[in-house]
Amino acid sequence: MNTPILQMRGITKTFPGVKALQDVTLDVNRGEVHAICGENGAGKSTLMKVLSGVYPHNSFEGDILFENEPCNFSTINDSEKRGIVIIHQELALSPYLSIAENIYLGNEQATRGWVDWRKTNLEAAKLLARVGLSENPITPVQHISVGKQQLVEIAKALSKEVKLLILDEPTAALNDEDSGHLLDLILHLKGQGVTSIIISHKLNEIRKVADAVTIIRDGKTIETLRLDEGQITQERIIRGMVGRDLESLYPDRDPQIGEEVLRIEDWSVQHPQDHSRIVVHNASLNVRKGEVVGMAGLMGAGRTELAMSVFGRTYGRAISGKVYKYGKEINTSTVSEAISHGIAYATEDRKQYGLNLIEDIKRNISLAALRKLVKGGWVDGNEETIVANRYRTSMNIKAPTVAAITGKLSGGNQQKVVLSKWMFSDPDVLILDEPTRGIDVGAKFEIYTIIARLAAEGKAVIVISSELPELLGICDRIYTLSAGHVTGEVPIAEASQEKLMHYMTKEKE
Amino acid sequence: MSALRESLSFLTSRLRQVGIFVALILIVILFQVLTDGILLQPQNVSNLVVQNSYILILAIGMVMVIIAGHIDLSVGSVAGFIGAVSGVMIVHWGWAWWIAIPACLLVGALVGAWQGYWIAYVGIPAFIVTLAGMLIFRGLTLITLKNQQITPFPEELRALGGGFLPDISGGTSVLEFLTVILGVGGTAAILFQAIKERRVRRKFNLENEPMAWFAVKTAFIALLMLIITFLLASYRGTPIVLVVLAALVILYSALMNNSVFGRHVYAIGGNLHAAELSGVKTKAVTFRLFVNMGVLAALAGLVFTARLNSAQPAGGTGFELDAIAAAFIGGAAVQGGIGTVAGAMIGGLIMGVLNNGMSILGLGTDYQQLIKGLVLLLAVGFDIFNKNRSGSGGGSTIGSRFKRKTSPPAGSESTTPVTGKPAGDSTEKAAASRNP
Repeated sequence: MNTPILQMRGITKTFPGVKALQDVTLDVNRGEVHAICGENGAGKSTLMKVLSGVYPHNSFEGDILFENEPCNFSTINDSEKRGIVIIHQELALSPYLSIAENIYLGNEQATRGWVDWRKTNLEAAKLLARVGLSENPITPVQHISVGKQQLVEIAKALSKEVKLLILDEPTAALNDEDSGHLLDLILHLKGQGVTSIIISHKLNEIRKVADAVTIIRDGKTIETLRLDEGQITQERIIRGMVGRDLESLYPDRDPQIGEEVLRIEDWSVQHPQDHSRIVVHNASLNVRKGEVVGMAGLMGAGRTELAMSVFGRTYGRAISGKVYKYGKEINTSTVSEAISHGIAYATEDRKQYGLNLIEDIKRNISLAALRKLVKGGWVDGNEETIVANRYRTSMNIKAPTVAAITGKLSGGNQQKVVLSKWMFSDPDVLILDEPTRGIDVGAKFEIYTIIARLAAEGKAVIVISSELPELLGICDRIYTLSAGHVTGEVPIAEASQEKLMHYMTKEKE
Repeated sequence: MSALRESLSFLTSRLRQVGIFVALILIVILFQVLTDGILLQPQNVSNLVVQNSYILILAIGMVMVIIAGHIDLSVGSVAGFIGAVSGVMIVHWGWAWWIAIPACLLVGALVGAWQGYWIAYVGIPAFIVTLAGMLIFRGLTLITLKNQQITPFPEELRALGGGFLPDISGGTSVLEFLTVILGVGGTAAILFQAIKERRVRRKFNLENEPMAWFAVKTAFIALLMLIITFLLASYRGTPIVLVVLAALVILYSALMNNSVFGRHVYAIGGNLHAAELSGVKTKAVTFRLFVNMGVLAALAGLVFTARLNSAQPAGGTGFELDAIAAAFIGGAAVQGGIGTVAGAMIGGLIMGVLNNGMSILGLGTDYQQLIKGLVLLLAVGFDIFNKNRSGSGGGSTIGSRFKRKTSPPAGSESTTPVTGKPAGDSTEKAAASRNP
C-alpha cells in the first residue's frame, strides 16, 4: 500500500523580497489522505499552487514526481490532464449556471461543437450520486447551500478522472454538519482509490481523516507525522506549527495601563449571505488605556469580522451586542459614528480597503478627518501639506514628497500612510488588523515601535495578528478566538505560543 | 541643457495632460489652415463659445459623476425637458424670467434627486437609472410640449443664449472696453494664482514643475487668454454665457479640489471601500452628485433654449454623448477617481472645434460623427497605452472594478502575504469569489 504517488523535492519559491517556500519536501502515498498543517502564511497554499501549475514550472526551483514521472506544468490544465485537481478555498463556480453546466464547464460534453445536454445531465447525475448529493443537475448553483456547492466542486473534480484531489481549507466556509458530510466523502473517495491532500488547521478534522500530516512552518517542511506510527497527536502538531523562536526584535515597553476605554459585550454576527453561519458568537472583550491587546486566531476564527462589525457594521448582518466606551454605551452603527467616538480601524487589506492607491499621500492621510482641515468652508490645502509632512517625518514614511502617489510606495510605507490617516483622526482606540502583513522585517520593527508609542501616549490598541511571536512581542494581554468564540484571555506573563495555539484550536463545548 | 532634459522628463511623466492641450492647439491650427482663416475670425470665435457653452456646462457635471465612478446618460433628455418646462412657464404662463430660471433649476434638482435616489439609496447602477431617465425625460418633454415647439421667448431670456455684456464705450471703440478689462484682469489673476501656487509648493517642499516648463506653460496660457480677449473684443464683446461658464469652472474647480465634498468624490471613485471605511458617507455624496448634475443639466437646457429661442421636442438629443466624450477626452478615467473640470473643458473644446471646423468646411454630420468617434477612441486608447507602458495602472480596469464589488475579507491566507504578487492573481480571485 505504501507506494508513493507524489514526491516533491527541494521546492523553493521566491516572491520579490520574500522566500515563500524553502527547500520543501512532500511525500504522499497512493490512496491516503494527507493533511498539510501550518499557521496562516506558512506557505501551504503556495505549495499547492506550485503543485497544480498555478505557478508555472519555471517560476520555482525543485522537482515534482507524480506517479514516478517528472512534472513540468505550465498551467492548471496540464496538472488536470495528469489527474491532479485542486479545489480552492474560494469556490470557483458560476452561480447562474446549473450544477451540470458547472461540472462540465471548460470540459463540455459536446459533439461537433454542440453541447449534448442529455449526456451532460445524465453524467452529472451519476457524479452527484458518487458524491452523495441528491440535487437535480439542472438546478442553478446559486440555489444550493455552500456545503452542497463544495460537493459540486468535488463532483467536477471526479469528472476529470482525478487521481490526486487537493482541498484547500475545504471546511473553512462550512457549518459543522456540512463539514462532517464533506469529511465522510473524502474517506469514501479514499475507499475508491482517490488520494487526497487536505489543507487544514482544524485538528479534530485532521484526527478524523488524515493518514499522514506534513507540517509546514515559515516556508519550510518541519516533519511528516504518520498515523500508523502513532505520531498524529494534538500536542505534536501544535509544537510543530509554532516551534519558532522569538527571533524578531521588539521595542521595549513600560506599559502604563489605566482605566478601561472600550468594552464589547455579547457581540454576535451572522455571515452576510449565509444566514446559517454565525461568524461571531457572544464575544466579550475589553481594552484599557495604554494597553496593547492582541487577538489571536486561525483562519475563519472571526477576528476581522468582529472588528469590522464593531467598526460601523461594515461586515455581517443581524449584529447584536453592546459597545461601551468609558463605561457608557455608544452607537457604532456607521463608520462616521465610530470615528466620532474615537475608534479607528486599520484594515488587514490595505490595497483593497485601506488606501486610495491612485491618490497622493497627503490626501490619503487627511481623508478620515478631512473636516479638521476645513477653514471657512474650504479644505486648507497648506495645512493639509503641513500635517502630512509632520506624519511623514514622525512615521518615517519614505517618499520624495507627500504628493507622491501611494500606489507606488512599498508595503511598509503604505501601512505607515494608513496608520498616519488614523492617527490624524485622533482616536482613543485603534484596531490594527494584521498591521505587518506583507511588510519586510525592518519595516515591521518600525510598525511595532509606532504601536508601542501609541500605547505610551495613552491610546488603547487592539492588534489582530496571525503571527504569534508578534503578539507575544508587543501585547500586554491576548484574547484567542476559535470559530467565532472567544476561547481564552491570556495575560502576557502567562502566554506562550503553545498555550495560545491550544486555545486557538480549541473546539467549542 | 540639464534644464531641458529635466523639462523633457517632466513632460513625459505628464504626457496625458500636456498631450491633450497640444492636441487642442494642433486641431485649432489644422482647421485655421483648412478653413483659410475663418475658424479664428472674431465672429466665429464668439460663435464657437456660445455654440459649445451648453455642452461645456454639462461636461462639468459629467466629469464629476465620472470621477465618482458613475455615468449619466440622461442629461440630454433632462436639458430638453427643462427647455420645455421653461417654455411653459415663460411663454404659456407668462412668468418673469427671474422667477422662471430659479424654478427651472429647482425642477432640475428634483430630477437629479429622483435619479440620485435610485442610484445611491436603492443601488441600481447609474447606467441603468440614467438610461431609464433618458427615456422618461424625453417622454416628459414630448408630453409637456404636446409635440409642438414653444416660441418666442422674451429678450431677457434669449440674452442667456446669445446676448453680450453691454458695451460701455457705446460702440465707438474698435475694441470693446469691458471685454478688454475682463480679459486682461482675468489673465493677471491667472498669472498671480500660478505664481502663488508655485511658491506655496516650494515652501512645503512639494514636487514642482521644472521652471522652464512652468514659464512656457504659464506664458502660453496668458497669451492664449489675451488672444481670445482680443478676438472677442473686436466682435461684439463678451457673451453672457461665457461669464456664466467661467464662473462655473472656477467654482467647480475649487469645489473639486478644496471642498470636503469634492475630496469625497475623488475618494469614492479611487477606492469605494477605503472611502467607506474612512467614514465617507458614500450614499449621500453620490446622491448630491446627481442632484448637482440635474441642476447643471437644467442650466444647459435653459441656455440651449434661449439660444434657439424655442423649446423643441427633440431639444438636447445627443448632448449626453458629447458631454461624456468631453470628460473622457479630457483625461477622466473610466474606472473613476481621476479627472478634472479643466480637462473636461479642454475635451469639450476639442469636440467643439472639430464640429465647428468641419461645418465650415461643409462636411456633413456623417463625417463629423465618424471623426469625433475616432478622436474619442484615440484619446482613451492613448490613455490606456500610456498607463500600461508606465506600469502604474494597477492591473486591469475591469479587474479592479470587480474587486470592489466583492464582499469583505474573511481573514484569508489566500491573500498571499507577499507584496509583489502577480497581477493576474487578483482578477482570478475576483472571478472565484461568488455571492450566492
